[in-house]
Amino acid sequence: MPDANNSVVIENLLKKFGDFVAVDRINLAIRKGEVFGFLGPNGAGKSTTIRMLCGLLTPTSGRAQVAGYDVGREPESVRQNIGYMSQKFSLYNDLKVIENIRLFAGLYSVPSNQLRERIEWALEMANLKGQENLITGTLPGGWKQRLALGCAVLHKPPVIFLDEPTSGVDPISRRQFWDLIQHMAEEGVTVFVTTHYMEEAEYCNRLALIFRGRIVALGTPSELKQKSMQGELLLVECEPLGSAVEVLQSAPDVMDAAVFGNALHLVVRDAAAAIPQVQKYLSDHSITVGHIEKIRPSLEDVFVSLTSTHDSEKERTA
Amino acid sequence: MTEQPQSAIIAERLTKSFPGVRAVDHLSFDVSSGEIFGLVGPDGAGKTTTLRMLAGIMPPDEGTASVAGFNVARDPEGAKHHLSYMPQRFGLYEDLTVDENIRFYADLFGVRKSEREDRSTQLLQAAGMAEFRKRLAGKLSGGMKQKLGLVCALTHRPKVILLDEPTTGVDPVSRRDFWRILYELASEGVAILTSTAYLDEAERCHRVALLHQGKLLFCDTPANLKAKLGKGVLSVTSSDPRRSRDQLEHAAGISSLVLTGDGLHVVVDDAARRIPEFEARLNSAHVPFDTIQQVTPTIEDLFVNAVSSGASVHA
Repeated sequence: MPDANNSVVIENLLKKFGDFVAVDRINLAIRKGEVFGFLGPNGAGKSTTIRMLCGLLTPTSGRAQVAGYDVGREPESVRQNIGYMSQKFSLYNDLKVIENIRLFAGLYSVPSNQLRERIEWALEMANLKGQENLITGTLPGGWKQRLALGCAVLHKPPVIFLDEPTSGVDPISRRQFWDLIQHMAEEGVTVFVTTHYMEEAEYCNRLALIFRGRIVALGTPSELKQKSMQGELLLVECEPLGSAVEVLQSAPDVMDAAVFGNALHLVVRDAAAAIPQVQKYLSDHSITVGHIEKIRPSLEDVFVSLTSTHDSEKERTA
Repeated sequence: MTEQPQSAIIAERLTKSFPGVRAVDHLSFDVSSGEIFGLVGPDGAGKTTTLRMLAGIMPPDEGTASVAGFNVARDPEGAKHHLSYMPQRFGLYEDLTVDENIRFYADLFGVRKSEREDRSTQLLQAAGMAEFRKRLAGKLSGGMKQKLGLVCALTHRPKVILLDEPTTGVDPVSRRDFWRILYELASEGVAILTSTAYLDEAERCHRVALLHQGKLLFCDTPANLKAKLGKGVLSVTSSDPRRSRDQLEHAAGISSLVLTGDGLHVVVDDAARRIPEFEARLNSAHVPFDTIQQVTPTIEDLFVNAVSSGASVHA
């Protein structure tokens, strides 16, 4: 199993809190240089998994290796070899840019003979040269998040964990941030991303969806869109939308119906067969039908399709 | 002043400055009854300031706001009666149960005891929370807390709802529930103004205003907005996205190229013409790819195109 190409290896990883199984024997292998996305509803086991991978929580059974170290037996070494960034929590807003960098260099024990070079590198990477003395809290969102990334990788960790790194940031800054991440990945850094944000998930080479403690889907974003969806997706323009949804809940072969802006999204088994049926069904119920077409599911459609609303609510609040 | 309004919410040249920054810059739009209108833009675009001015808790420097026919500055009490404002952090009492929180807000809003039970049962049902009435608010998940906040904000049947990023940090499943409630309210004639930093969420609104640095970039339906881009968008699927990018980034006709997890997202001048050109380029460099196909532009494409072609944006 120790494969030099994998920098995160998870085998039968299990975590129980009392009787509650938070993470249920999951398996994953993440390649060096991969940008890997980890998705799941609140309470599905996402944070518990991350805490174990960061060496902050001991597994009940099974094992996980991060950057070659066992998270259960060598949590200290794991922590020295990872970087962690969450846009919301990692920076001190009332410190200057340079003070935040020095603080993190100290926390990560960057050796003093490398300190200068690493600080220079971080400023360069974050494109913050000349801005060292600005108060962090006054920086625009995009700058802040690049600074947070710079701080998280001062000690050159081979694996970094990002938690919704670009939520709320403007799209141009977000694209620049992901460019940086892709560059790091090209240089061999493994990037583990957790997010609720499907726009971020699209940047990942592969995605895993965890639900009730188990991995329920794994693949590239396009594989998931093609294969994981239970059924096909139709966009239906009709009037009035409200009663159309009600009527369609009981229509044969319609697995799900939801309002989406000025139209409906229907999940059906077979789009080609369903289009004329839906048309007729709605007309029979005196609903005016406009345009109907088959559309490509988004990652969000896949996510929702793989996790049922009702069950997940119960699960995550149990 | 109490006559039936044309629009449930009217913002007219609203402007607000803070030291060193013009947060909202002559912003005008209106929202009809039964409409879900999205204020969409990144952090710092002016969304929260706009909502605060409309809610009557921050006076504008210039311009007027009216809600349900009341001028918010001149008649704040009249407006408040018909309005519900849910800030980013709605004040739930974590050590009270779901029911107790609702009762507390119903008291604040002066909801009659006789109406209270029916209303809260109906709202909790719609929110999928009927079985959690006795649970402490502090023990709810993030998505459920947001839904409870909405339920509390709705106890007095407002005609206008102002929501500040209600789905931030909420997982997609709960987000969908949340939107289902909004659509139901809209169908009852409530005017809903909601802000979001998620550009993909804009697609769920009937109309959206795209904000950038306090100014209105565009205001239209999502479908019309996408048609405005006037460019083709190509999705390249490849097992080696990095090499595909290296081959294509200097090709002719590209206005933006984004490396995604398993391919590229490229905005081009002419999709039909560029597809065969890109295919030829990748083939001659022996870069593996599955497909190059034209896809519908996203609101993000429009935003990036508008901002990078015109305004000054600091990176």
